[in-house]
Parts: sequence; structure tokens; C-alpha cells
Amino acid sequence: MSWWTPQVEAIAFALFQALVILIGAVLAGALLTMVERRLLGLWQDRHGPNRVGPFGVLQILADMLKILFKEDWIPPFADRTFFVLAPAIAMASLLLSFMVIPITPSWGVADLHIGLLFFFAMAGINVYAVLFGGWSSGNKYALLGAMRASAQTLSYEVFIGLSLMGVVAMAGSFNMREIVAAQETVWFIVPQFFGFCTFLVAGIAVTHRHPFDQPEAEQELADGYHVEYSGMKWGMFFIGEYVGIVLVSALIVTLFLGGWHGPWLPPIVWFLLKTAVFVGFFVLLRAALPRPRYDAVMSFGWKVCLPLTLINLLVTGALILVFSPAGG
Amino acid sequence: MEIAFYLSAVVAVLATLGVVTGRHPVHALLYLIVSLIAVAMVFFALGAPFAGALEIIVYAGAIMVLFVFVVMMLNLGEAAAQQESAWLRPRTWLGPAVLSGILLLVLLVTLIGADVGGRIQGDTLTAKAVGTLLFGPYLIVVELAAMLLLAALVAASHLGRSEAHDEAHAVRQVPGKRTADGRGRAASERSLGDDTSSEESSR
Repeated sequence: MSWWTPQVEAIAFALFQALVILIGAVLAGALLTMVERRLLGLWQDRHGPNRVGPFGVLQILADMLKILFKEDWIPPFADRTFFVLAPAIAMASLLLSFMVIPITPSWGVADLHIGLLFFFAMAGINVYAVLFGGWSSGNKYALLGAMRASAQTLSYEVFIGLSLMGVVAMAGSFNMREIVAAQETVWFIVPQFFGFCTFLVAGIAVTHRHPFDQPEAEQELADGYHVEYSGMKWGMFFIGEYVGIVLVSALIVTLFLGGWHGPWLPPIVWFLLKTAVFVGFFVLLRAALPRPRYDAVMSFGWKVCLPLTLINLLVTGALILVFSPAGG
Repeated sequence: MEIAFYLSAVVAVLATLGVVTGRHPVHALLYLIVSLIAVAMVFFALGAPFAGALEIIVYAGAIMVLFVFVVMMLNLGEAAAQQESAWLRPRTWLGPAVLSGILLLVLLVTLIGADVGGRIQGDTLTAKAVGTLLFGPYLIVVELAAMLLLAALVAASHLGRSEAHDEAHAVRQVPGKRTADGRGRAASERSLGDDTSSEESSR
């Protein structure tokens, strides 16, 4: 086998890694649709789906079959191009962000030195999914949902970046691997606690999760931007939301909780365990909190979170300058 | 790298043509977004990933969202598309085409005179290098830009608040109170009203 050179092997292994991470992310998103309902049932003292298979685990198969065989209907008043494009953007931009997350010392798709910025870019593009989806539906509820979503996401993206700049300043790099390496001794959640809090809030807001799900509030907007969608196109929005949860949880773990670092257990177990805890936290938030009013959400973002991140960045910068060995 | 550069450059040019000739405003905006992403790819190919990422985050991810947001709210239909195609007659093309032709000529002459091949395979600039440049030799420009942005922010905040809204707010807060005490309260409520209106303008 003369063609099986070390280079080919490296390429094949990289491809294999990328595929495993991609499929893993999608499957985790799909599995979450079932896990979330079971957890909600547990925390709200009811059953949740428990009929199909042991503990209801096959519910996900039943849901999949239903989504796949439903009529994929495009309303005649919709703008076809945008209507089809929107769910693809929703799914693709989130899945691409998994590229920069280092899972273990040897696993991870791309080692970009602007890794964190790549995530911001993808989060920025993700807004278009909701905007285009809501506008192209030709439905006023969908348009209202899209407008709420874009205003909310824009406001929270302002400080999702600022909240992480403290981490970047302490690690001295945008590279995710170097950020994880900088947390060998102390996890960044300790020195960057306010950064952690604001990033958590912003992460929930950017994925439109409860309690920041005004864009799709069913009581007011009949489901917001994806009200006209059906079948697998709706499924992509739906799974995309769960992929977003997994993504934000994985990012929190990587940036604030030391990534794969941890005693005794192998790195991959630590990473998955920490991510699962945060995914559970997301579900717990949905189970426990009521939905605030829309203007309350906006003013909380601009009046509380933004000043908090700015002060956090200022203090972090000052402390780094004071304690830096070169003396500035 | 060179292939990536030329491919994304071709996409950028074609997408920008799509923006200019497009009749449907939202479709034209989609072309503009594609064009901005293609320009970001050009930056990546030139070895400036920081500039490329910022191009996507700032232009494609924030500014264009506001464009799309506004155009969507206008609810432009078939009439707007017809108006657009009425505007895009050959006569209208003449002036801009001549002017851009001159610019293209200048660009081509410069490019032929310069050594292009060496420029494309530049070294990769890190974010740190960009930051050191910005806060070193170009510090004064950064500070001036910051002041300009602050001025724009203050102006937007001032323009965004409406007198009518403030009045309505103050009146609604104090229904039918005529005493001096009530008036004092009205004034304090009024300042609260100012707060909420400036918050609305910052949205």
C-alpha cells in the first residue's frame, strides 16, 4: 500500500474526527428533544413521554418518523428561496461552530487561532435564519417573532463578545486550545465569574431558549418565526435549537470550566460530563422560570449585563497590567 | 491560497453585481451579505484572518442585520420591484458605468505595474499583531474613531427620544393631581420617563 502515507493517514483521521463530531452534535441535538421532555416531566412532577420503548427512549424514533413523513408544505404566499434557505442557515451555522471546540487534547476539528471569533461570526450569521424564516413566511406573527428575535440577538451579541474578552485577555489568545491550556491550575469561572454569568445569560438569549424565548412565545405569537414551517424544515429549526444548547454548553465548559481538565477520569468523560451538566441546567431553567416581558428582557441586557461586562473587562485589564511580570 | 483568493474574489464581484442589478430589495440584501462574506474570505486568503472574522462579525453579523430588519418592516411588494426596474434603464447606467470604468482602468494599470503574486501569499497576521499596531502607532486614530462613535451614540440617543412620548408619560403617571406635591412627583416621574425613552432609542 504505497498510497497509504502518513499524510493520507492524517487526512483520513482528521476527516473521521470531523465526521464523528458532526454526527455526534446532530445526534446529541436530536436526543435532547426526548431527554428535555423527560427532564421537564421529572422537575414538574409529571410523566413526560414514557410509552415508546424502555423509559421512552424510542420516542425520538417515533418523532423522527413523524417529522420525516409529514407533508413538507411551502405556503403559496411565501418567498421560496428564503423559505428554504432559512432552516439551512439555522442548522449549518451552529454545526460549523463545533469546528473550533477542542474536545480532548487530541480531538477537535480545526485549531484556528481566531477560534473564538469564528464562533462570534457564526452566531452573527445565525441571526439571518430567524430573520429570513420570519420574513419569507409572509405571516405577521412570523414577522413579529423574527423582529423580536433579531433585536434580542443583536443586543445580546454586543456583550456576548465583551463578556469573553476577560477570558481572552487572561489566556492571551483567541485560540480555544490555548484558552483550555491556560486553565490547567485555576478554571476561569473563578477569576472571571461575572464574565461567566453574562456569557451564560447571553448564550441562553442567543439560542432563544426559555426564559428568553419571546421570539417564539406560543401564547402571543403562535410560535413566532417558524409558524409556517412544517415537516423536516421545521425539524431543522427544532433540532437547530438543541444543537445550539449543546454548543453553548460546550463553549461554557471550554472557556470557563477548564474543558477536558479534571482528575482521575479520562479527558473525554470530563468534557462530556461537564457539558451534560450545563445542558441539564438549560432544561432546569425552562422548567423553573416564567417568561419575562419582552421590554424587560431588552432593558436587562442593555442596563445590567452590558455595564457589568464593561466593568469586568476594565477590572480584568487593570489587574493584568498590575500583576504582569514585565510591568506593562 | 491563490485559488481561494481568486474564487472568493469572483464570488464577491458577482454578488456585488447582483446587489446593483437586483430588483427585489431583500434579495439584493442577500447578495450584499454574500458579497461581504466573500470579501471576508479574501481577507482569510490574504493571511489576515482577524480582519476576515471582524468583517463577518461587524458587517455581515450586525450592520446587515439592521439593513434587513428595516427593509423587512417596509413591506415592499411588487410595486417596489417595478419601480426599481423602471429606474434601472440603460440611460441610468451610463454615468456610473463610465466613472467605474475609469476606476477599473486605474486599478488594472496599478495591478499590472505591481508584483501581484508576492502579495497574495502573505504571512498570516495574528490578532495580537493587529492589536499591537492599533494601540501602538495608530493609537490616535483609534481614539478619534472612539470619540466619533461616542458622539454618534449621544446624537442617536437624543434623536431617538420623542417629546410627545415624554409628555404622555408624565401625564399618565399623575392622573388629575393639581397640588404642589403632585407636581413635584410629576417632575420626578418625568425624569423616569426620560430614562425609559433613552433606553428605547438604544434598542
